[in-house]
Amino acid sequence: MKWDEFFVTGEPMIYGAMVSIVVASLAIVIGLTYFKKWGYLWREWLTTVDHKRIGIMYIISALLMLFRGGVDALLMRSQLAIPENGLLDAQHYNEIFTTHGVIMILFMAMPFIIGLMNVVVPLQIGARDVAFPRLNAVSFWLFFAGAMLFNLSFVIGGSPDAGWTAYFPLASNEFSPSVGMNYYSIAIQIAGIGTLMTGVNFIATILKMRAPGMKLMKMPMFTWSVLITCVIILFAFPVLTVALALMMFDRMFGSQFFTMANGGMDMLWANLFWVWGHPEVYIVILPAFGIFSEVIATFSRKNLYGYSSMVGSMVIISLLSFLVWAHHFYTMGHGAMVNGVFSITTMLIAVPTGVKIFNWLLTLHKGKIEFTTPMLYSLAFIPIFTIGGVTGVMLAMASADYQYHNTMFLVAHFHYVLIPGTVFAVIAGFYYWFPKLFGFRLNERQGKLAFWVIAISFNVTFLPLFLLGLNGMTRRMYTYSADTGFGPLNMIATIGAFGLAIGFIILVYNIYWSFRYAPRETNGDPWNARTLEWSTHSPIPDYNFAIVPTVQGRDPFWEHKKGGHQLYKGNYEEIHMPNNSGQPVILGGIFFFFGFAMIFGWWIPAIIGGLGVIVMLAVRSFERDHGHHIPVREIEETEARLRGEQA
Amino acid sequence: MKRKGLLLAVFSALLVLLTGCNSLAVLNPKGPVAKTQSNVIIFSMLVMALILLVVYVLYIFMLTKYRASKAAPDYEPPHVEGSKWLEFTWIAIPVVIVTILSVVTVRTTNALDKVPAGYEDQKPLVIYASSSNWKWHFSYPEEGIETVNYVNIPTNRPIEFRLYSYGPITSFWVPQLGGQKYAMSDMVTKLDLVAEHEGSFIGKNSNFSGKGFADMEFEVLAMSNAKYGEWVNEVKNTAAPLTEEQFNSLLDTAKVGRQTYSSTHLEFSPAPEGEHAGHNHGGGSDDNSQMDHSDMDMNMDHSDTKDDGAEHASHGN
Ligand code: HEM
Ligand SMILES: [Cu+2]
Ligand SMILES: [Cu+2]
Repeated sequence: MKWDEFFVTGEPMIYGAMVSIVVASLAIVIGLTYFKKWGYLWREWLTTVDHKRIGIMYIISALLMLFRGGVDALLMRSQLAIPENGLLDAQHYNEIFTTHGVIMILFMAMPFIIGLMNVVVPLQIGARDVAFPRLNAVSFWLFFAGAMLFNLSFVIGGSPDAGWTAYFPLASNEFSPSVGMNYYSIAIQIAGIGTLMTGVNFIATILKMRAPGMKLMKMPMFTWSVLITCVIILFAFPVLTVALALMMFDRMFGSQFFTMANGGMDMLWANLFWVWGHPEVYIVILPAFGIFSEVIATFSRKNLYGYSSMVGSMVIISLLSFLVWAHHFYTMGHGAMVNGVFSITTMLIAVPTGVKIFNWLLTLHKGKIEFTTPMLYSLAFIPIFTIGGVTGVMLAMASADYQYHNTMFLVAHFHYVLIPGTVFAVIAGFYYWFPKLFGFRLNERQGKLAFWVIAISFNVTFLPLFLLGLNGMTRRMYTYSADTGFGPLNMIATIGAFGLAIGFIILVYNIYWSFRYAPRETNGDPWNARTLEWSTHSPIPDYNFAIVPTVQGRDPFWEHKKGGHQLYKGNYEEIHMPNNSGQPVILGGIFFFFGFAMIFGWWIPAIIGGLGVIVMLAVRSFERDHGHHIPVREIEETEARLRGEQA
Repeated sequence: MKRKGLLLAVFSALLVLLTGCNSLAVLNPKGPVAKTQSNVIIFSMLVMALILLVVYVLYIFMLTKYRASKAAPDYEPPHVEGSKWLEFTWIAIPVVIVTILSVVTVRTTNALDKVPAGYEDQKPLVIYASSSNWKWHFSYPEEGIETVNYVNIPTNRPIEFRLYSYGPITSFWVPQLGGQKYAMSDMVTKLDLVAEHEGSFIGKNSNFSGKGFADMEFEVLAMSNAKYGEWVNEVKNTAAPLTEEQFNSLLDTAKVGRQTYSSTHLEFSPAPEGEHAGHNHGGGSDDNSQMDHSDMDMNMDHSDTKDDGAEHASHGN
């Protein structure tokens, strides 16, 4: 490989990106050195095994990726604004929608949710950390290594360009000869392993580490949604692992699982991809449901309506999510019988989803609704997501889907589900739990302004796409001619997309402003909330709870505040905590190196990297690390300080 | 109040959609297949609008009635666990709705899997449509002619498109005649369409297949049976046959304009069906309709009448 092939060349935009990546990296390195922050960074963040800090790192990465994916989206919308636009060429557009899709789903939505669940779940169940804190750090660094690797493709070697679905034979060497699709198979694989471990970790955490008295049917709804999501992860991600491994063999070692010759089957890929891919959309939507349940209950000042049917509906959704994958290829020529069966299973998902919508509406009933920023996102979710849901039912009807498949109608539908569902939820969760993490609230006025700009622009962006789809505009088209008549509606959509961008900029400004000026709070419970996490101090001490709480009802903290139930009984005792470790971040670095070498087929470095991974695992298994104990005196001091008393 | 304005906008936009802007290709069908689909779509839109209406009415009611600013300062919301009856209702009603939609779906999906009703007694005109980067080849085995990037069909006669691909998966779609099906390299899929109106319709590939994907459009020209016969005869008498070398170099060329030949590539490069098939999906239609190419007329005169679609070939890069 020559150097001019190695770096992506010939595009001013890419040169600009290279320069800014180099400048930004240099600035970070110089800044850290100048302010002597390397030690701090290493001790407090890179080696941390604290679930709260890992959660924050997930959220920061996800926000960065939201902007990368958002810039991609703006570029695409700009290109489509007018017919025969020359801003992007076909190749560039193809790369952008591919990376946009992958980044948004795998490197933005999922990590944001995993970040929130890292922060919140142990707190909600009264635990001091997750079941396997070190493994949790490994999960994060694998995700991070995968994300960085994937983004590197933009400047080194060339981005993947076969769509986030990577259908074969298009994604084979024959039709995608660049290293782009190698990036796809390796980067997602590495991040995916991390996700799978997160799934295992949180199942163990939730099943084993709940505070005394917290029966399964007393868990907060967000924790329930995370538990069910992790079970989906446990069943879905191995399928992705296998599919990506087969893809890697096809692309790098000449096997022929998905090729057109020698008995390979293109549909095998489509089946494996969607057996993972459909559950994946529930992996990002169920925790969102959990977040909305918490927020809506808190700000209606009511308990969640129909708790059992909320849990039941999530269980049913998780089962059904594995039985519908073929609705992504009704048009692949299986018979009417198969299509009919998958239509029915798909439409059935609407029933438990509808149950949830009505339960939320009834939670509002007779409530005392406060329109805070997190509540606004949760309330806006209901009408917008319902549009996404009913159009989903329309798509589920096979005979009609023959006309929607691969059109802008589909693009409109899935954004109508993903944005009010997942994106609104993570923003709502972010605003809601932010004071828990940092000890102050984000500015409400700016928050509401950002909300209105985002909610309105969203509809301006995506509503026109339904009509464009029905008028015959296919997705993934980099340009169209003027006589198709697609121009005006596309222009409206583009204007909406820029509105969305403005909304997100206000949101970021809001974070910045609040860090500088927002008044700090002394009370750990700014929203008058209901669940255990709000009974801790803000910011939360390392060990979360000085005394493990005992739980009676579903809203333990609320009951505690109403005087019904004493949460903390007994005296301080020594607390056992895990030690920090540099191994996870180093392992992430080795995986990055290994993946990079694999992508380019540099076998010797790849083997060295592979051995490095094995060595790290071996080192870990011979290591004796029993963690450390926090003595009672130290707990007393910390608690007194957090209560604002002088020690 | 801003919220209501927003909802109103959303809702009226939906109404516009519902009142059947029949300028939208899919809702302006020109044949029975697309007609069935457009009926299903409009029916489902009405049902969905009803559901939206229920949700929106409840939603607006809750938000206007129970806002904290309207409640007494000492108002303490009640603790409500749920209600067996209410929860049962919003399970039962959606189940009924899904059942209705399922019946409609299964019936129409079955109907679309065969020759459209009313045309069963006619022998369908078989046209092989194959895609290659980035063009469409149409082979008429009965007539022994082949076109590239356009297809002429007679009206009121069932057309059986047999789809396959010389590369990535593509999807054959003519919105005004009917919904799409994939064309794959290892098997042949079938799509039955009928045009009931004369006219020119846009057809396209709707499954992303790489760099030249956006240009994979073709014209479907539906004409009366008589005109169709004339056109076929004209092609047979004036167009050159397609040789294997020509076809292979055509496959290698990224983009071309319209072309017309007086023989088909099926003779030397058969479709992946019957003994040439790679696999099938176990779907309804069985594949024993092996073609016999031996009786095809290959002695056409060689006068070159490829009509050169220079303007088509020069679409943006
Ligand atoms: C923030 C505003 C967003 C805008 C303006 C936007 C816009 C777009 C556009 C223009 C496309 C390509 C359409 C095409 O040519 O086929 C696209 C595709 C896609 N978007 Fe977004 N998007 C946004 C947010 C998101 C989010 C938050 C997610 C997921 C959580 C997402 C997931 C996807 C996926 C999966 C695809 C399909 C990629 C593919 O075809 O391979 N988008 N989006
Ligand atoms: Cu799906
Ligand atoms: Cu196939």
